[in-house]
Amino acid sequence: MSRSRRVLAPYLLILPGGLWLLLFFVIPMVTMLSLSLQQGDVVSGYVFTGHWQTYVDAIGNYRTQLVRSLIYGAITTIILIVLAFPVAYWIAFYGGRRKPTYLFLLLLPFFVSFVLRTISWRYILTDEGMLLGPLKDAGLLPGSFNILGTPVAVIFGLVYNFLPFMVLPIYVALERIDPRVVEAARDLYADPPTAFRKVIFPLALPGVFAGVLMTFVPASSDYVNSAVLGSSSTTMIGQVIQSQYLTSSNYPTASALSFTLMAVLLVGVFAYARALGTEDVMKVAAR
Amino acid sequence: MRSRLTGGRVLHIYTWAIIVWLTLPVLIMMLFGFNDTPGRYNQTWEGFTFKWYGRVFALDELTQALVISLLVAVVTAVVAGALGTGIGFALGRYRFRGSGTVNLIMFATMSSPELVMGASLLTLFVSLGVGLGAVTITIAHIMFSISFVAVVVRARVLTLDRSVEEAAADLGANAWTTFWRITFPIILPAVMSGMLLAFALSIDDFVVSNFTAGTTTTFPLWIWGATRVGLPPQVNVMGTLIFLGGVLIAVATSVRSRPRKRSSA
Repeated sequence: MSRSRRVLAPYLLILPGGLWLLLFFVIPMVTMLSLSLQQGDVVSGYVFTGHWQTYVDAIGNYRTQLVRSLIYGAITTIILIVLAFPVAYWIAFYGGRRKPTYLFLLLLPFFVSFVLRTISWRYILTDEGMLLGPLKDAGLLPGSFNILGTPVAVIFGLVYNFLPFMVLPIYVALERIDPRVVEAARDLYADPPTAFRKVIFPLALPGVFAGVLMTFVPASSDYVNSAVLGSSSTTMIGQVIQSQYLTSSNYPTASALSFTLMAVLLVGVFAYARALGTEDVMKVAAR
Repeated sequence: MRSRLTGGRVLHIYTWAIIVWLTLPVLIMMLFGFNDTPGRYNQTWEGFTFKWYGRVFALDELTQALVISLLVAVVTAVVAGALGTGIGFALGRYRFRGSGTVNLIMFATMSSPELVMGASLLTLFVSLGVGLGAVTITIAHIMFSISFVAVVVRARVLTLDRSVEEAAADLGANAWTTFWRITFPIILPAVMSGMLLAFALSIDDFVVSNFTAGTTTTFPLWIWGATRVGLPPQVNVMGTLIFLGGVLIAVATSVRSRPRKRSSA
């Protein structure tokens, strides 16, 4: 291989895929930003006017949904940390040779479409359905009791759908801990809770952060759970954006809203990437 | 460690409870594929039947949606497999100017909300006046799959033992022969699992497809559209078959690659 070919080799290898990402990821983002500052309509076309008012109006009109989405996302993420940590901990420290099996079992539901699983929960949780029906018949719950349509149902769905994305990064972080470090803590007379608090938990934190990143972003921007399990009082910003794009064809407003959402979430994402690097997330994603 | 045995047992039970909870809707879905319901209303148990397995392709629109999903997923796996392998190999093998930018863009595609990726592609297609359909869905799926393939391949290239390639060169093999006879077979399992991942991401995708499909329907889009009128049992049957197929492929590939798993983990 000649020298120039060796220098060019990585670029030639990256070119096709890189071009694809440039054309269909980077450029669309720029297009969306530009469209959010344009005025016009679908029929007569759009003109760039630098119309920032669209942002002011869009955020003003849909502030409730935007804030609600961030709150639902935050609650979901907190519940996920609490639910996922013990699972990751047990698999990492007690899983033994069965570790891959347990991880596989956690990912098993992913072989069924996300939409289908969420609808399945709707059938399970419906007012007179297989869960609430018998409980109501037995008089354990009042007849008017319902879960569907409430924020509880939406957050339940979000927690359900994103749980594995919290378990995996925490597991990866815990798995990396050298058992000798924990033993050293014990030798230095740390009791198990102290060893956990002072050694294991701090070492697991990068995994928790990676998990927060991998769940807060999709949970806050989700529109499937709220549409399937929620009601008009649980409308999330994702639903607003979806209907502005696909039903009202109100592209500038929809673009401004998606860009606002993206900006809010990306500030967090890039702060994360700067502080902790991109390796953890990519490692989990590649599993 | 011995003193935590009871704690370990509690966590063991807890882990299984979580696994059961995660799997519950899948089991319900499978069960209702055997429900002897008279019509489309498939939410209460009416008795056991195999009839829906015989009539699984009875709904033309649904069957067509499934075919489109499979076609899109196959093309996505092949194209994203090729493009992602190029990027993954370059990042794993070479040090070069600009690799940081490539990493950052990959990270961005993997962590951006799907909603925003779908929406931005829609604005691009609308601005260019491109008609939406199976082609735009496939373009979008390839876009979000490339990075995943690249990350999987890069991990394998990084752990590759260069001395094997040097041995081939010492034995007189040129760069081309070395690559195809030595390097490629070694990274092939990673390329295959990257392609499987791309296939799985594509066939399950709803959000990005929702924005880039126009009037075309994929399997998840058809389900979404039919939610309000009720899902026919055929959906449960297809879901069950896709589930079992996916599990079978995953188990088969993990058994085949097991001896290597330890070193790459």
